[in-house]
Order: sequence, then structure tokens, then C-alpha cells
Amino acid sequence: MKSRFASLMILAVIGALSTLLSGCGYNNFQRLDEQTKSAWSEVLNQYQRRADLVPNIVATVKGEAAFEQDTLTKVVEARAKATSIQVTPETLNDPAAFSKFQAAQGELSSALSRLLVVTENYPNLRANQGFQDLRVQLEGTENRITVARNRYIQTVQEYNVLARSFPNNLTAMMFGYKPKANFSVQNETQISTPPSVNFDKK
Amino acid sequence: MPSAQTSRARRAIFLIAWLALFLCSLLSLLLAPLQPAWAQDLQAIPALTARVIDTTGTLDSVQLQALETRLAAFEKSQGAQIVVLMVPTTKPEDLTAYAQRVGDKWKIGRKDVGDGLLLVVAKNDRQVRIATAKTLEGAVPDLAARQIIEQAITPHFKQGDFAGGLVAGADRIMARISGENLPLPPAESQRGGQRGKSGFQWTDMAVFLFLVVPIGARLLSGFLGRKVGAIATGGAVGVLAWIFTSSLLIAGGVAFVAILVALFAGLASLGGIGRSGGFSGGSGSGGWGGGGGGGFSSGGGGNFGGGGASGNW
Repeated sequence: MKSRFASLMILAVIGALSTLLSGCGYNNFQRLDEQTKSAWSEVLNQYQRRADLVPNIVATVKGEAAFEQDTLTKVVEARAKATSIQVTPETLNDPAAFSKFQAAQGELSSALSRLLVVTENYPNLRANQGFQDLRVQLEGTENRITVARNRYIQTVQEYNVLARSFPNNLTAMMFGYKPKANFSVQNETQISTPPSVNFDKK
Repeated sequence: MPSAQTSRARRAIFLIAWLALFLCSLLSLLLAPLQPAWAQDLQAIPALTARVIDTTGTLDSVQLQALETRLAAFEKSQGAQIVVLMVPTTKPEDLTAYAQRVGDKWKIGRKDVGDGLLLVVAKNDRQVRIATAKTLEGAVPDLAARQIIEQAITPHFKQGDFAGGLVAGADRIMARISGENLPLPPAESQRGGQRGKSGFQWTDMAVFLFLVVPIGARLLSGFLGRKVGAIATGGAVGVLAWIFTSSLLIAGGVAFVAILVALFAGLASLGGIGRSGGFSGGSGSGGWGGGGGGGFSSGGGGNFGGGGASGNW
């Protein structure tokens, strides 16, 4: 009789524990934590794709005599900087490292778009099929980066809502799940001021 | 120096605060369904009713039907789902963002393969985009999509021949996808296969319930006694069902049935098995409704990751 009671108690405790843990969102934390990681890998994957594309673009543009060296150097430097940052899964939980990574990639984005604008002034490049193909690929990569970032933002939002809403925040506290860093706009002041357009002839 | 009185007062305030928080959360639970939907300024995404959807009224019914038949035949032989969408404009959104939203919503492509492709035309914006699901990014890379747009589609569009451009573009796309080594659809219709698959999980679970449960129930009742053993089995099965289906309702039902089965399994194992037939039939019909009858429906497997290319004319 006594042993039966004891085993029943053990069963009940196991049942209650598993119910409590999943009731307090423990399993959801596991699921969403893993989801943010995979969404983040996709972001990295697409950034890598862009970084791999840059040398080809630079090589093609270099072939154009008298191309603005300054623009080109900026792209090369920004790429070097962006790829030199070590990214680990811990980056996600470290806001400082995360914003550093984001800043480096943002720099590469703006250097690349500047390069594409400047190439419009070079008729040879516009007629160069190889360069146009690279452009299409770069455009596709930028689209993929946007999508990957959006998906990452959504998963992190879901995760953070879980980590901060009521009974789950106790689970989060107990197991050390902190809200994760998300993408933000780099140049907030710059884009919230309207651009000044000047049609005066110089 | 915290006297006993102040600490008691503080505790009372703390309690009241928690109570208020609790009430407030209850209230928000009650009010949640009343929240208004977000105001949407973006272009609406039409319902996925056919493989060729034209909200501009540019294509006549013969042209629509011809393209539709072509794409349907292709889906039947190769399995990939191609949908053509023609809208007047995507403003204020960019065509790429709009196509992405359409892809995310429709998710065209087979469930387990994910081979979907969207051809979106914004007629008044004079823009066209091919958006590929991730599975087809190899078959139709961005460059190929760009070439198809430039060489097959826009030359026709420039002359105002929209049907011709779409057919030429669709032909090139289908040729590229045919060259890809994707799994071919089964000989019978796809929808039957999918329904069989969703039913398969249920039979799986029924087999588990009515083979494993009686055995487990026997062991547990030997260990704990018949009634307690039956309840323990029911609880365990309920928790398992909850984990697998993540639905409390199903888990509750399954646990109840398991208790019954465990109780009767002690008396006669045949009785438990007889009961199993009724249960699996009932849950099978109450499970997923599946798509509506007839017509075309998305396989739901397409994952659009931003691949593809745009062009204008």
C-alpha cells in the first residue's frame, strides 16, 4: 500500500511539473528561441551572399578607366569591415555586438547604393552585360536580405512578447531568457528630415 | 529601521497592486476581441481563386482560360504551381514588397516541395515581377527571371499584347522548371494524395492509442490498481496528446477515451479495440477540413524569400 502511494506521488509530481513548465511557456521559449536562431542564420546567409558578390562588382567596375576611386575604395573598405566582424549565436543576446554588426552592414549597404548611383554616369558600364547581370544579382540579394530581416524581426517580436508577458516572464527569469535585440534604423534623424531639393542652376 | 507595521502596510500595497494587475489582465482578455483591426492603406491581395487572376479586366475570358489550362496542365505533369496576377497598381507599395506579401499570403507550391512561382503585373505602373519560392530559386535564378522578363514578356507588353507576353513568359518559366529535378506528382490527383496524408497522422495516432495504451494500462493497473492505473494512463496519454497536437480540447478528449479504454482493457481487451474503430473515425472527420471542393487551391508549401527579378516596359 505504501509503495503504491509513493509511486503514485512520483507520477503525480512528474505530471504536475511537466504541466506547469509547459503551462508557463517553457516549451514556447524553446521553440521561439530556436526559431530566432534559424531566422538569424538566414539573415547572416544573405549578408554573406552579398559580401561574396561585392568583389565581382568591384572587379567589373575597376575595368572602367577613370572610375571614381573614392566610391570604389569605400565599398571595398566597408566590405572588409563587415566581414571582419565575428558573428556567433551569442551576438543575438549582446545588444552592443549586435548594433556593431548592424552598423557595419548598413555602411556596406550605403556604399553599394552610392556605387550603383555613380555607375549611371558611365555609359560603358551601363552597356556592359556582365555588370548589368551583377546588378540584377545584387538587387535580388538585397531583396532577400530585406525578407530575411523582416522575418527575423517578426520572430524576435514574438519571442520578446513571450518573454515579457505575465506568467512567462517568471519562467524567463528562472531560466535566464532575456529579450533579444532587434534591428533598428541607423539614421533615424537623417530619414525623418525631408530631403532638400534644389533646382537652381549652378 | 523597518517596523513590523510599515512592512505589513507595504505587503498590503503589494498585494493590492498584484490584484489590480490581475483584474486588469482579466479585463484585457475580455476586451481583446473588441479591438479594431489595423487600418490598412496597402493594396488588398485578391483571393486565390484561379491560376490566372486579372483584376484589371485586360484579358478576355478566352485568353484567361487558355493560360489557365496551360498552367494547370503543367502543374499536373510537373507539380509546380505557377500563378499569374495582374493588378492595376501596387501603390503605395513597391512591386517587390507587394509580390512578397502576395507570396507570403498565398504560399503557392506543393506542401512538401514548396515549388511555387508568382508572375505579378502592375499594369498602370508598367512593372512586372517574377517572384520565386525558395525551392525554385535554383531553377529560375534572378538572372534567368530578368532575362525572361526582358526577352519574352516586355517586348509583347510594349505592343500592348498582354496575353502574348504572359504566355511567352509562362512558357519560358515552365521550360526552366521542367529542367529542374523536382519530385513528380503522383499519378492520381494531388488533392487526394494530400488528404490521404493528413488522415495518415490520425491513423498513426489511433494505432498508438489502441495498441500502446492497453498494454501500458495493463502494466500500470498491475502496479497501481485498476482504477488509479486507468486514471494515470489517461493522464499520461492526455499529456502526450497535448504535446503532439498542442490542443487542450483534443488532449482532454483523448485522455477521457484513454481512461475508458484502460478501464475496459482490464476486463476484456477485445472491447477496447472495438471501441477504437469508432473513435478514430470520429476524430478523422472532425480534424482538418481541407480545401474547398473543386477549382484550384494553393498547396501551402511555398516559402518566398525575396528571390526573383523585376522589370518595366
